[in-house]
Amino acid sequence: MRLVVIGCGRVGSAVARDLAEDGWDVTAIDEQEEALARLGSRWAGGFIVGHGMDAEILRKAGVPDADAVVVATSGDNTNLVIGQVVEKRWAVPCVVVRVLDPARADFYAARGMRTICPTQTAISALSTAVRKESKQEATA
Amino acid sequence: MYSIVAGGGKVGANVARSLLKMGHEVTLIEQRPYRFDQLQDEFEHQVLLGDATELHVLERAGIARPPELVLGVTGDDEDNLIICQIATEGYRVPKVIARVNDPRNQEHFDLLGINQTVCATSNVLGLVEHEVPEHGIVHLLELRKENLEIVELQIERNSPAAGKRIAGLRLPEGTRLISVMRQGRSELAEDSTVIRPGDQVLAVLEPGKEDELRKLLLTS
Repeated sequence: MRLVVIGCGRVGSAVARDLAEDGWDVTAIDEQEEALARLGSRWAGGFIVGHGMDAEILRKAGVPDADAVVVATSGDNTNLVIGQVVEKRWAVPCVVVRVLDPARADFYAARGMRTICPTQTAISALSTAVRKESKQEATA
Repeated sequence: MYSIVAGGGKVGANVARSLLKMGHEVTLIEQRPYRFDQLQDEFEHQVLLGDATELHVLERAGIARPPELVLGVTGDDEDNLIICQIATEGYRVPKVIARVNDPRNQEHFDLLGINQTVCATSNVLGLVEHEVPEHGIVHLLELRKENLEIVELQIERNSPAAGKRIAGLRLPEGTRLISVMRQGRSELAEDSTVIRPGDQVLAVLEPGKEDELRKLLLTS
């Protein structure tokens, strides 16, 4: 199974390593050459320096034949555009897009995109933690 | 008419000013605080500080009314694309126009259905091309919606079409000659019009038909 990870920061690099360990054939794309270091010294997958908006770079990374694409650059709008381009142009079966703004994540999720919103996850986890804690105190 | 102009740089501020002068209602959105301060002197309550790709900012600007027109004219192509998508798909804004900063991103706007775009770089390149025609064909106008383009061809002495009537040219399918300009005067192209060296011919064609037309009119 082939995976392309666009944006090799803290999140993208960890996803790349995770799935490579599962046996996926992974290629990462990042604008910064230094991002390669995040993949570890024993990285056996692919790594391409370039911008995810560049169709040529996406082709070089193997997006047209990928089974899955993860889009996790630092920009919400960049991720949303790249995710849609990958889905529309190459019909990649699984496209997952990181969106920090919960409102935009919802908006595009309602239109059929698989958006992952870490902010929403944090909000839920924090609220749940407080509720649990105060319940325990109330019953104590 | 009510318009939202997203992006208060030179383009956005000038467009907003012109729309206001024409008597339209405008809200201008700018996210850089220092630029917002400058704009506020001129636009007062008609400029809003915020990121125009955030739904709550757009709502404060009145996107839900909805406006007749939304312009995505920031310096960031991804932002412009998302603004226009949210406006059309989320709020049924009837008309959106996006600025394309990097012409290489044009294909993404086309693919994602943002059909009305303006790209200064492409326009300048078009003008340069007009001055320095390459391969004898000058692109004058691209009609994206209609999927047609209008080009100008300069007929040289060695043109295979020189001396022939238009009726006898066997123009490729999807192309048509519009007019022939000779010695400063332009005439509509008729079947009986004879092409001569020195003529400037206007043609309308489907994209991708250029090479066939070039072969027929410019090189044998």
